[in-house]
Amino acid sequence: MAKRIEAMNVTAYYGSFKAIEDINLTVEPKTVTALIGPSGCGKSTFLRSINRMHEVLPGARVNGRLTIDDEDIYDRDVDVTAVRRMIGMVFQRPNPFPTMSIFDNVVAGLRLNGVRRKSVLEEAAERALKSANLWDEVKDRLGKPGAGLSGGQQQRLCIARTIAVEPQVVLMDEPCSALDPISTLAIEDLMFKLKDRYTIIIVTHNMQQAARVSDRTAFFSIERTGDPGRLIEYDDTQKIFSNPSVKKTEDYITGRFG
Amino acid sequence: MSTLTTAPGAAAPGQRPQLRTRRLPTLAALGIAVAAVVLSAALVYGTGIGGTALVVALAVVLYLAGLYLASNVVEGRRQARNRTWSALIHSAFVLALLPLVSVTWTLVSKGAERLDGNFFQTSMNNIGARDPNGGAYHAIVGTLEQVGVATLITVPLGVLCAIYIVEYGRGRFAFTIRFFVDVMTGIPSIVAGLFVLAFWILIISPIFNNGRPGYSGFAASLALSVLMLPTIVRSTEEMLRLVPAPLREGSYALGIPKWKTILRIVLPTALPGIVTGVMLAVARAAGETAPVLLVAGGGAAINFNPFENNQSSLALYVYQQAGDASRYAPARAWAAALTLVALVLILTIAAKLLARRNRFGR
Amino acid sequence: MGDTPDGSANAGTGGPGVTTSHARVAGAALSVDVPGTPAHRAPNGAGGRGGDSGTGHGPGGGGALPRRRAFGADRVFQGLTMAAGTMVLVIIVAIAIFLIAKAVPALNANTANFFTFEGWFPNESSPRFGIGALAFGTLLTSILALLLAVPVALGIALYLSHYAPRRIGTALGFLIDLLAAVPSVVFGLWGRDFFYGPVRDLSVWLNKYFSWIPIFGGDGPFGKSILLGSLVLAIMVLPIITSLSREVFRQTPTANEEAALALGATKWEMIRTAVLPYGRPGVIGATMLGLGRALGETIALAMTLGIVSNISFNIIENGGNTVAANIANAFGEANDVGRGALIASGLVLFSITLIVNITARAIIYRRREFTESAA
Repeated sequence: MAKRIEAMNVTAYYGSFKAIEDINLTVEPKTVTALIGPSGCGKSTFLRSINRMHEVLPGARVNGRLTIDDEDIYDRDVDVTAVRRMIGMVFQRPNPFPTMSIFDNVVAGLRLNGVRRKSVLEEAAERALKSANLWDEVKDRLGKPGAGLSGGQQQRLCIARTIAVEPQVVLMDEPCSALDPISTLAIEDLMFKLKDRYTIIIVTHNMQQAARVSDRTAFFSIERTGDPGRLIEYDDTQKIFSNPSVKKTEDYITGRFG
Repeated sequence: MSTLTTAPGAAAPGQRPQLRTRRLPTLAALGIAVAAVVLSAALVYGTGIGGTALVVALAVVLYLAGLYLASNVVEGRRQARNRTWSALIHSAFVLALLPLVSVTWTLVSKGAERLDGNFFQTSMNNIGARDPNGGAYHAIVGTLEQVGVATLITVPLGVLCAIYIVEYGRGRFAFTIRFFVDVMTGIPSIVAGLFVLAFWILIISPIFNNGRPGYSGFAASLALSVLMLPTIVRSTEEMLRLVPAPLREGSYALGIPKWKTILRIVLPTALPGIVTGVMLAVARAAGETAPVLLVAGGGAAINFNPFENNQSSLALYVYQQAGDASRYAPARAWAAALTLVALVLILTIAAKLLARRNRFGR
Repeated sequence: MGDTPDGSANAGTGGPGVTTSHARVAGAALSVDVPGTPAHRAPNGAGGRGGDSGTGHGPGGGGALPRRRAFGADRVFQGLTMAAGTMVLVIIVAIAIFLIAKAVPALNANTANFFTFEGWFPNESSPRFGIGALAFGTLLTSILALLLAVPVALGIALYLSHYAPRRIGTALGFLIDLLAAVPSVVFGLWGRDFFYGPVRDLSVWLNKYFSWIPIFGGDGPFGKSILLGSLVLAIMVLPIITSLSREVFRQTPTANEEAALALGATKWEMIRTAVLPYGRPGVIGATMLGLGRALGETIALAMTLGIVSNISFNIIENGGNTVAANIANAFGEANDVGRGALIASGLVLFSITLIVNITARAIIYRRREFTESAA
């Protein structure tokens, strides 16, 4: 069910500022792909353009072709909400809905889709929470507010909320950057598990993390501040971290730059 | 956990989402609008149950219903709801613009009639019912003096109160004060007027006035102070809180005592914001009618002394002229209303521009 | 930076914006008031300041022992501010005390039941007056006004915070705020001289086709009615509710809005999932504040209502009166007992608005704590 993502000459703007230019890359189904690179290189922008969250900001737009199983998601008669249901997203900071209970948070997406039956919702919530390795910790307090959980638990709650609607692809925008090391490990474990079912693309600043969790790694970089970000190298993670073919990648990996 | 394909009923629509959907063409919305107007006109005029206003109202309802139905058929329920709510929200906005435009238009068109030099140079003294002249000079004097005195009373009190809340107040007592400042914001102006009536006019002023209650501009100032105080405290408090702690600490580190730090460093930093708050409070006070009506006594002649004898104010003048039987009174009421609104809006706009400039200046 | 200027990074709960402005103010102000690095200039700065206001700090105040007098000045100043703070409580208590003091004699002279009697004749030799009809009119106009204003106000607030292009939203928000600044006497004048016409026509129309509904019944004359008063009142409370609601809607964490969108929500669904629940306590508070304002509104209602003190649900016939409007109208010919009676009715109004406002503030305060803990 997981789908393949293909980007062709993708360029993204914020108003007149060109954030990324000419990105070409293909993400295979049921893999974990890490996007790495220095701050401001446009990796998050690229990630957000994959589920059309980029255009939420005023003045932001995307040129080029982005396909999911050969269907262009930027086509004129494509429904944005359908794209986002198919391509879920986990954000940098855990963002559970503050007014909702844990249970309501998990099933929020299902409710939007018109699922009303309590039994269906309960089943789906349990499944999603189990997939997100959170069930045991929260099963006794599903009615409590989601904001009362720890940061790591909140982030796993957000992952549960994302996978509860059964997306094909899960995007993660530095999902561990606001978390402590133990919560980070929990989320990394989770990624291994989710890989069986979803295509996962993760932006990370942490190169060890990229090396640990991903199959493929894409390295983004910019020439100077103000220049658009470009894809420098895209290869198997093993190769990128052991024997990168571009000098710039090597400099970044070894910490000489960025 | 590869139960995905058999996931029981989980989001049947989300299971295999269709990326492509049918869209309601832009022209369709226009078509629905035209159809709604035509249908509505036909219904209303055909049955003879109303006029243009009803046509418009009915057309809006028909348009919303038509939009929902069309979108529901073509795009599904979610989009239909989205569109209808969006249309409702936009129409709420248009609806709110109507009174705004109407008030402005009436005010300018009716107010301009008597807005001449004479209006600003004469009072209502010896102006009979058949006299088209008469002006608001005495009322303008009253407003300026009453609001001025009220400002003099309130600003020091309000600023000190805010300083207490922000700089010294700790624990329950400070919280209580803060809470009641907020509550005080909601005291009706007529109650403030009654308070000054009961306290100043009926109890204190007879002492200076041979046992008779003495209505005066100063009493109005007292009532306006009660109304201005919470506004000034709140805005000052907010501004003081924006002054960063390092600034205070930097000053303490220099050995400057706390009270001097507050007066010399904290207050000047917050000053533009405080001035903005004071101007907004002044604008609000200048427009108050009820308290002035109760305690200033009104009066047709010019009285420069706020501490003795009756005084009028612009707002009170509007009210009195509106209730006057003379056929020339409405024109005077509107001219005074226009003057009052101009005064209040100039103050308000100046205050907001000042606030904005400061925000950008930082 | 600039990798993603996405909201999720700085979306906390509105805190970051404040923090940055703090930081900037700090920098700017420090460089003005205390030039250079404070550490090096410290003795000079302190000496200069201490010296020219003569509180006993010698040059190089850093070395001097704290003197009793400096403590004294601080104490005096602190006492002064505390006295000012206490004034707020004193005023509120004083309002209650003086209103009661002047109301009691009139209430004792009253020969009718103050709470149930429908008329207002306090100036007669055997005074009869009751708050019943007035309180009823106050509640009826206020509630009608809120029913009319709240949905529209929420619509506008959402339009300004989430639908309008940013610039238009700011400009129009400014305009709405200006509407709030227009004095109530002007709305009264407008309602009486202009709005009366359309409302009378509407009333006649309603009466013609819907007279079978009691609130639209009666034989006229129509126009100077509860309906006119409520409509004018609605227009007056609209800007208050709008601007407070817009503020809370705007404060919705971008992170939550994006979370909803990323789940595939339409714009309206995003508003329903993220914005409305988050803003609900604020909206309730805003509505209560609007209610407080409506209950206490005097002049606009004194000018637009028919001023008839009776309990009637008919909203289109000439009539209607409220506690506040009655005070403005009856004050002119009130004698001693009459004034006391009006003060008694003002006391009732004061109590009602106090309760409404305390409730509203309590709700808003609780929300503040809630969002702080959720952050």
